[in-house]
Amino acid sequence: MERLVVIGAGMASGRLLEHLFEAAPGRFEVTLFNAEPRGNYNRIMLSPVLSGEKSYAEIVTHDDDWYAAHGVTCRFGERVQHIDRDRKVVTGATGDVPYDRLVIATGSDPFIIPCPGHDLDGVISYRDLDDTNRMIDQPPGTRAVVIGGGLLGLEAAAGLRLRGMEVTVLHLSGHLMDRQLDPAAGYLLRADLERRGISVMTQASTSRIRGEGRVEAVELEDGTILPADLVVMAVGIRPSVKLAQASGLTVGRAIEVDAQMRTSDPNVFAVGECVEFAGQLFGLVAPLYDQAKVLAATLLDEPAAFTPKQLSTKLKVTGCDLFSAGDFSDGQGREDIVFRDPARGIYKRLVVADDRLVGAVMYGDTADGNWFFGLIRDETDIAEMRETLIFGPAYQGGSVQDPLAAVAALPADAEICGCNGVCKGRIIEAIEGGATDLGAVRGATKASASCGTCTGLVEQVLAATLGDAFTITAAQPVCGCTDLSHEDVRRLIKSRELKSQPAVWQELGWRTPNGCHVCRPAVNFYLLADWPLEYHDDPQSRFVNERKHANIQKDGTFSVVPRMWGGITSASELRAIADAAEKYDVPTVKVTGGQRIDLLGVKGEDLPAIWADLNAAGLVSGHAYSKGLRTVKTCVGTDHCRFGTQDSTGLGIRLEKRLWGSWTPHKVKLAVSGCPRNCAEATCKDVGIVCVDSGYEIGVGGAAGMDVREVERLAKVATEDETVEWTVAFVQLYREHAKYLDRPYKWLAKVGLDWVIDTLSDPATRSALVERFDLSQTIYQTDPWAQHTARETARSFAPIADLTLEAAE
Amino acid sequence: MSWIDIGALGDVPVRGARLVKTHAGCIALFRTTETEIFATSNTCAHKGGPLSEGIVHDRKVTCPLHNWVWSLETGEAQGADQGRIATYPVRIEDGRILIDGDAIDRRSAA
Repeated sequence: MERLVVIGAGMASGRLLEHLFEAAPGRFEVTLFNAEPRGNYNRIMLSPVLSGEKSYAEIVTHDDDWYAAHGVTCRFGERVQHIDRDRKVVTGATGDVPYDRLVIATGSDPFIIPCPGHDLDGVISYRDLDDTNRMIDQPPGTRAVVIGGGLLGLEAAAGLRLRGMEVTVLHLSGHLMDRQLDPAAGYLLRADLERRGISVMTQASTSRIRGEGRVEAVELEDGTILPADLVVMAVGIRPSVKLAQASGLTVGRAIEVDAQMRTSDPNVFAVGECVEFAGQLFGLVAPLYDQAKVLAATLLDEPAAFTPKQLSTKLKVTGCDLFSAGDFSDGQGREDIVFRDPARGIYKRLVVADDRLVGAVMYGDTADGNWFFGLIRDETDIAEMRETLIFGPAYQGGSVQDPLAAVAALPADAEICGCNGVCKGRIIEAIEGGATDLGAVRGATKASASCGTCTGLVEQVLAATLGDAFTITAAQPVCGCTDLSHEDVRRLIKSRELKSQPAVWQELGWRTPNGCHVCRPAVNFYLLADWPLEYHDDPQSRFVNERKHANIQKDGTFSVVPRMWGGITSASELRAIADAAEKYDVPTVKVTGGQRIDLLGVKGEDLPAIWADLNAAGLVSGHAYSKGLRTVKTCVGTDHCRFGTQDSTGLGIRLEKRLWGSWTPHKVKLAVSGCPRNCAEATCKDVGIVCVDSGYEIGVGGAAGMDVREVERLAKVATEDETVEWTVAFVQLYREHAKYLDRPYKWLAKVGLDWVIDTLSDPATRSALVERFDLSQTIYQTDPWAQHTARETARSFAPIADLTLEAAE
Repeated sequence: MSWIDIGALGDVPVRGARLVKTHAGCIALFRTTETEIFATSNTCAHKGGPLSEGIVHDRKVTCPLHNWVWSLETGEAQGADQGRIATYPVRIEDGRILIDGDAIDRRSAA
């Protein structure tokens, strides 16, 4: 009999032995080493064992009787120490075993982040039954932190949660399972996990694990500290190749094999996760089984060759229905087909290239997954069915995407009209009670009867309830990505509590994978205005000026404008500006209409340095580039002017200090004039204050651009404090309600000044608006110059590489 | 092809871009997803706008100057606009971004 030694009893070698004993019983005398003190079991079923849905006994694939029946000598719990290829002998802890042919199936080792504290008691990986049992042994209520939001980490998290632990998942990239899923599917997965009580933190980088001997907490790069009794590292695996390396076999990223699974030694073979073939590594079970089959044939001296195939992924967490297959990495000439059904939480995306399906991601409804997978694997020509492909094999006559889906998905208690507090259920009641047009619904419920921005949504509720009996007057959609108008999107972000861009794209049925240059900046603004604490501003969704904090000029250079509070400056500030202008070769220095100085023609890569210099002199960004507060123009008021009635300069500075840094739907300019002679031109500003003997006249909705308009009176108040309160409340109302890129005068034309005056006249509403504005300012009132001069972010203003230098060397 | 390592994947933000200076002019490096990179000329064929400063969406970029939209895969102008920008082969290996040096040299020789 031929002596075959197998090192490692994993899924690949288990399958190999089955093939060998079935095809040629009695031909091999097998010795099976395994470092784990047990034989082959179905490792991919460890997750159901962890969650309690299966027991270990149920996942054993080969028991003692099976090994005995096939004459396998089991050396379980024994590590192989050495392979002597010249003598063809394997050395274990209890002695040598000679072989004729050898199979290395050592699998992989979990990767442990080498951060401080990784060796503390209570920090474990998730790889084998012992790891699983250690997790199972934790008492309910244990605080567990799972590092890694990939397949393995999430299965561990779900299992631990089912065992009653408090679970937090930390994931380095922006969305879960980023290798298999796109952000939209990642968002749905996250929502599903959060519904089960699992906390998820993305872009979370672990800096250290704290504890005295035993783990006590996990500390993140941003300083967050998460108390923890158990830390599970599931950040990835590395092929286990030490033994092969020490024996002199050719090892790249893993043990290199040919298509017959032969290593650089003709009598030594390798199979499974420890193998590298044609530059590829393998971690999923399907290719490992293919390898086992090929290796069995090779050992039986039959011809066979391994060819890697397309793979698909499913997550083994009961109730999380996701599917991902094929290739999403870079390629030419690709096109996406996206389908979303917000009501049912379904997302599907197909990637098509050259009339072939090359990738598919699905969430919520994965029934067609295998059909799509088949199309990918077989490279089927899909040109004929391209239009209806996304509906799956059952289609033919299926519906197109329903533009009313987002509204249809709203629960009955979702608020449609914010002004009058009317929810969807109330509107449906009214419709069913006979109110079958907009006017009747308004009469019955007051919905859309105040500012009117929810009119589109009320119409959609009418259409969804009445069907063909109601025709919607088409509102202008935001862009080609959606049928919803800006007003609809704003309202739905509030009533459905959508707090991320993927949430908006999914729940509102966006037709593109991640929006476009029109909708992204708008949605980014709506989210940061409505959820200042929960939502994080996305620089990649901002127009260049707001990302670079400088105005781009037609030659690609930038302008730099420091803030001059109320137009007041000093000799030392002017000196710092002059020095910066000289040092950075600024070609043009100009006084702006907003009472400050513009340095034009600064090179992009110089921005962080010039900002640092200006910062050092106490100057901060003037936000001359932003959809936000620009300047507060003032006259000199009572300080110097013989006509001045109030301290207009002081009030201007006070307003500017309160409002700066806030993002608004469009730019906002203010002015304060000290008397009706109006030297500060306050009557053509977004908010213009004219001081009179008896107090302050606050006007709003002025403009002096493409349209020229005079302000209309918002209020007349007696004190500076009241002026500031009304101004802040007005700006916040504008921030919460206006369409992106509508200046206040355009917004006022839609909602009516009367509605604004009514709303702001209520002291409680006014102070609530001020409170919300101030809360937002706790996040956003920071000098972007100071933020971006830090070395890390400053680097991003420079080219990533300069190949002109390299070539010269 | 001669692949040149130009930096770490993590140095380019998702749906963002960075610049590479070369003898053939500036090349913009776009990261469209966690694992997808494209390289094109940084110069908009319309009025020379810096494309690396544009908003990246799907596999496209919008020029910050006049909103021309370019396909990062083919270099073709999208929508009603007509034109083409150069594209360059790039790939990702072990978290590093590699660009085809020959393609750049061909451009600078031409």
